[in-house]
Amino acid sequence: MLLEAPFTEEKIRALKVGDQVEITGLIYTGRDAVHKYLHDGGKPPVDLQDSIIYHCGPVVVKEKGKHVVKAAGPTTSIREEPYQGPLMEQFGIRAVIGKGGMGPKTLEYCQKVGAVYLHAIGGAAQVLAERVIAVEGVHMAEKFGSPEAIWEFRVERFPAVVTMDSHGGSLHAKVLADSTDKLNKIL
Amino acid sequence: MDAKTLQKHLLELIRRTSTQLPQDVVRTVEKGLRKEKKGSTGQYALQVIKDNVIMAKDKSQPLCQDTGTIICYADLPKWMDEIKFRKAYEKAVVQATRLGYLRQNSVDSITGENSGTNLGPGSPSFHFHPARGKSLTVKMILKGGGCENVSTQYSLPDTRLGAGRDLEGVRKCLLDAVVQAQGKGCGPGILGVCIGGDRGSGYIAAKETLFRPMDDVNEDKRLARLEKQVLKEANGLGIGPMGFGGETSLLGLKITHRNRVPASFFVSVAYMCWAHRRNGIMLTESGKLSRWLYDS
Repeated sequence: MLLEAPFTEEKIRALKVGDQVEITGLIYTGRDAVHKYLHDGGKPPVDLQDSIIYHCGPVVVKEKGKHVVKAAGPTTSIREEPYQGPLMEQFGIRAVIGKGGMGPKTLEYCQKVGAVYLHAIGGAAQVLAERVIAVEGVHMAEKFGSPEAIWEFRVERFPAVVTMDSHGGSLHAKVLADSTDKLNKIL
Repeated sequence: MDAKTLQKHLLELIRRTSTQLPQDVVRTVEKGLRKEKKGSTGQYALQVIKDNVIMAKDKSQPLCQDTGTIICYADLPKWMDEIKFRKAYEKAVVQATRLGYLRQNSVDSITGENSGTNLGPGSPSFHFHPARGKSLTVKMILKGGGCENVSTQYSLPDTRLGAGRDLEGVRKCLLDAVVQAQGKGCGPGILGVCIGGDRGSGYIAAKETLFRPMDDVNEDKRLARLEKQVLKEANGLGIGPMGFGGETSLLGLKITHRNRVPASFFVSVAYMCWAHRRNGIMLTESGKLSRWLYDS
């Protein structure tokens, strides 16, 4: 199903674990350095109300004075677990895209503030880069380096799967519980 | 061979390693794809992965944006010295970074500063060996941070797993490693494993064993049996591609061993993501490329 900007609470609340979505609109990359910076009281260089944050450190090169995305898959999200929930609440972030899922703290905030976790396919840097149709800006690249910067990506039909929703559902918690059960049986 | 020719070959090695998945790995992805239930998210994930492999090769762009730790193994014949080789490789790395085959991926661990060139202390990571024959053999792996973060080392006995100092104990460690890595390591992955050694040599050997072809059979019959058993059991855990649930949790498993001291028994697990980017070339003294080590 399509998930188009603006990313309102109503649209986000309608999503359920297992939904395959295609995102169209402006999204922002942000990973370890950005999350720590915001958590430590840093001011965001862009308005994050009803935004989507993409856990991604892309390969971007300059060709003829223009930024071109050469690869843009997701990075592991769990590293942001201490920060993500509070940042969702503080800045009105509606969704994060990443890989590997997040923990109980983020899941709790997803319910509280109306947000979701969207799982992109890890390592699929080309399929995903193809859906970035323009780079509309970059922030804090000098401070954090290119992979850790905030890139403004205009995306069209960017594919992801809802694996944590705003109703307490988490595919990650379920698969972990099931696989741990199976492991204990054969150990 | 002059420095420029060497650099040209090394740049092509880096380009191909970053942008083309070796065919032996592709075949395991395709096998996994056939096993997943139609319409499942597991099948969807593997299909995206397959599409991505084709697209990366066509566009000559990185399979994954995390072009990883650059690990280079060179077998140096008498006509090539370490300093000359290192210089040419570093130049090729800088060039590959500028061309976007490699991401700016080398960060100062104290200041957090990114060098922007992929050069710095320990970056790239070199392993030199003397060559037996006349050829210069260069192999490399690009190992991303996601899968490196879920690589792990067990010290047996392990009370939590009830794992003792034997192959049954090793089996328990490996299955636990797959469960712990779920989702985070971009599964279905490949395990490179070393039984024994010290903490350092164990990890080095575990990574090197990832160079084995995906479809080979371990020469050591005991380890061949263990590889087969753990692969089957791991794929029965239901973790699936990306941890979405499904039939394919592990693409392959390669085990080697090193002697240990009586007091230690380490099991080192190098977890590699599905984007198992490894390749190699053999070069002659006159500067000709005699062969690629993997079809890609």
